Amino acid sequence: MVHLLTIFLAAIFTHNIALTYLLGMCPFISLSRNINTATGMAFAVIFVITLTAAINWPIYHLILVPTGSEIIYYITFIIVIAATVQLVEMIMERFFPVLQSAFGIFLPLITVNCTVLAISLFMVLRDYTYFQTVVFAFGSAVGWMLAIVMIAAINEKLKLIGDIPRGYRGAGIIMIMAGIIALSFLGFAGMVKIQ
Amino acid sequence: MNLKKLKSTEGYKTMANGIWRDHPIFSMVLGICSALAVSNRVDNAIAMSAGVTFVLVATAIIISLLRRMIPIRVRIITFMIVIATFVIIVDKFLKAFFPTISTAIGPYVGLIITNCIIMGRAEAFYIQNNLRLSVLDALSNGFGYAYTLISIAVLRELLGFGTLMGIRVMPEGWTNWVVMSMAPGAFFLLGIFIWLTRTLAKID
Repeated sequence: MVHLLTIFLAAIFTHNIALTYLLGMCPFISLSRNINTATGMAFAVIFVITLTAAINWPIYHLILVPTGSEIIYYITFIIVIAATVQLVEMIMERFFPVLQSAFGIFLPLITVNCTVLAISLFMVLRDYTYFQTVVFAFGSAVGWMLAIVMIAAINEKLKLIGDIPRGYRGAGIIMIMAGIIALSFLGFAGMVKIQ
Repeated sequence: MNLKKLKSTEGYKTMANGIWRDHPIFSMVLGICSALAVSNRVDNAIAMSAGVTFVLVATAIIISLLRRMIPIRVRIITFMIVIATFVIIVDKFLKAFFPTISTAIGPYVGLIITNCIIMGRAEAFYIQNNLRLSVLDALSNGFGYAYTLISIAVLRELLGFGTLMGIRVMPEGWTNWVVMSMAPGAFFLLGIFIWLTRTLAKID
């Protein structure tokens, strides 16, 4: 049994979802122009990832496995994620209009953010218990936030200099920056071990 | 048919768009996650490209045939269910016939569902066009994705492991450049690839 704190630290530093598993790259490229947008998206991602992992675990282990229908778990997970996002959006609109205006626009984008589905798939692959799943989901989302906010901060500084070669503008330079950050994250290797 | 006539047909334009002008990776910047993660070995890259192309073509056939029947409000979830069904087929096929590749690329097969290329093409093209053009578009986008993935994978496997398709290529004295087989190498090589192709295609 892996300790919860180990899972949490590994998900943020040594096995960062963006910088080690290379997931969640679409919003990474399109939403990292400024820090406020990046932070808004990241908070929405943390909320949705933790919630969907907490919902998908009982659905997989209490419904799909006993009935022997694991084969459809991709479809089940993606429908659960889409439905959860829709529901959260409706609840926010009705009860928390302030929150809705702060990160409501990011919610529809989350359905196609691959990190959300990936967390649920990793949960199945690694046979996590319920609490391990929730901690892993939360930690991964925090790690993703760390990465995207760092990229957004560098992007804001880059705008001040603004002399990027033509082909590198936009996606190209983000790849190079992410590469350098990933390289520095290799320094965390060996801090904690999972599996 | 002469070349000029050929170039003005819709089929030609669709294919040229998928392979070069609106290339899914360097021009539209879609499907980056899997392009980065699966390009560490050539055989993984080939399996992934074949899987994505299969799902693209199958989705194109289903969506373009059903395009008049899908209510516009629920189209996204319809796309997702269609895509997820074909991804299950790819996953089971890989598990049955290529178990080593299947464990190597693990969750990334399932993540074809959220690969924005398929969703993006379905939303932008298949829902509006007929079967023939949609299949052409799917094939050319699949090919565009495949050549990117495989050319990055050739470099990464050569530098990171010293092999190609598992066969030793580099000479005796070669020390593996391990970083190339890990995440930073993927970022750097894809960044350079985007720079090269965007400069050649004159896209900003």
